[in-house]
Amino acid sequence: MHKHPRARLGALLFAPGLWLVVAYLGALAALLVTAFFTIDSFTGNVLYRFNLDNFHDMLTDAAYKNVFLRTLGIAVAVTVICTVIAIPMALFMAKVAHPKYRKILVALVLTPLWASYLVKIYAWRTMLEPGSGVIDWLLGPIGIHSPGFGGSAIILGLSYLWLPYMILPIYAGLDRLPNNLLDASSDLGAGNFHTFRRIVLPLIFPSIVAGSLFTFSLSLGDYITAQIIGGKLQLLGNVVYQNFSINLPFAATISFIPVSIMALYLWMVRRTGALADL
Amino acid sequence: MTISRGARYILASLMGVGLAFIYIPLSVVVINSFNSSKTFSWPPTQFTTQWWVKAAANEGVRSALRWSLLAGALATAVALVLGTALAFAVARYTFFGRDLISLLVVLPISLPGVVTGIALNSAFTKGLGMSTGLLTIVIGHATFCIVIVYNNAFARLKRMGSSLQEASMDLGANGITTFRLVTLPNLLSALVAGGLLAFGLSFDEIVVTTFTAGPGIQTLPVWIYNNLFRPNQAPIVNVVAAVLVLLSIVPIYLSQRLSQDSATGGRI
Repeated sequence: MHKHPRARLGALLFAPGLWLVVAYLGALAALLVTAFFTIDSFTGNVLYRFNLDNFHDMLTDAAYKNVFLRTLGIAVAVTVICTVIAIPMALFMAKVAHPKYRKILVALVLTPLWASYLVKIYAWRTMLEPGSGVIDWLLGPIGIHSPGFGGSAIILGLSYLWLPYMILPIYAGLDRLPNNLLDASSDLGAGNFHTFRRIVLPLIFPSIVAGSLFTFSLSLGDYITAQIIGGKLQLLGNVVYQNFSINLPFAATISFIPVSIMALYLWMVRRTGALADL
Repeated sequence: MTISRGARYILASLMGVGLAFIYIPLSVVVINSFNSSKTFSWPPTQFTTQWWVKAAANEGVRSALRWSLLAGALATAVALVLGTALAFAVARYTFFGRDLISLLVVLPISLPGVVTGIALNSAFTKGLGMSTGLLTIVIGHATFCIVIVYNNAFARLKRMGSSLQEASMDLGANGITTFRLVTLPNLLSALVAGGLLAFGLSFDEIVVTTFTAGPGIQTLPVWIYNNLFRPNQAPIVNVVAAVLVLLSIVPIYLSQRLSQDSATGGRI
């Protein structure tokens, strides 16, 4: 083991490095570089001449600005909704439920992650169908009606999809939080709410950041949810998808937005140490 | 514990509401697969198992299932080898750029699938002149499956430490014998759990698959997607959806039994 450590390390790193750096990052870099090219509007071929026309088009066209702001708003809304739903559930799982039920509760929260993504969105199509859907049937009598297919449906669907990704890191964070911290806070006279805001929340913040990495990034690039329950509404992912076959350089240009937001986000998250929480 | 009785009741009811939110849509999918109506109608008035029989015999579904199983198995095999090698390198050695590896492996699952999809598609078809097919699906899937195997293997290697290996070496075993008799048996359950979860991720993937599959191959999610808006296929789609919901219990059950490293089973 200690005879040729460098050679062994090289052998271990060679194949995964080739795969992730050359195949994955290489393909990604090649795509992003395409953003600086244009297509010949007559033949549809890519013209390999460096220019910033695509970025100019993207930044000056109000339609793309709207799509960008809408996508960002939806990703933020989904993250906030998931956090608000996840915190009480994780609190119950980690600090209220009897320890012998904890594993079952974790499994209950975790199982839907393995039910197909597409099936879950399909389920929400059935739920949201205006007039004949399950929401109207179940909640109609108490005056709540389905919002129909559109922005609210997308927010609801995405929150549903990514909720477990927020519950589990917060649960793990709370599980690590010693109970005597809560006891000490209460002995010193703090009420439930005060203890939560001043002790619990700051300590589970890295877990919330870790969860938001998924809720935010997965929402930012989604296009299938918008296609199935979004009505006519478009997100950044839809614009990338539509331009892929007709104007690859422009699809690459739009891709710059989610990729750079995520690169920045990952870099910031890495500094909080939340990546170690995953 | 100091959480007041009132707060406990509130948290318990919010937990209940949360679980209802999670499980009502999934139950609707399962119930709907027995709905005898050919068009969507809720609540169902009559129940039947005929759609399950028809779905089981549907050639499109069967072929899609075969492609999904094949692509999942191959992608998992690649991810197992690459993810384990990477976990060994990071857990047992120090080298320049080691800290960046955790970032590199998480990148394929954090960047939007549509971007990864079109990047791989244009690299394969335009850059390398390949045609899309099983090989390109497997390359695409393995890229984001590596992180799952890596996380599981890395957690186990950290927990194991290197003292067992060193003891084995001191007692005269060479590197290969040590790996075969000491390291691998200790690592095995983590690898099985990681492989299982990687397979689940590949089996469910749709976005990257859409761009790497080409016109000849439909995996199960791609089949569902292509038939989602065809009204006469709705009963079959409902059955496939119900099966996928029910199958999601399997990886959870197995991973909870196999791996004690993380409550999440390494999916995140």
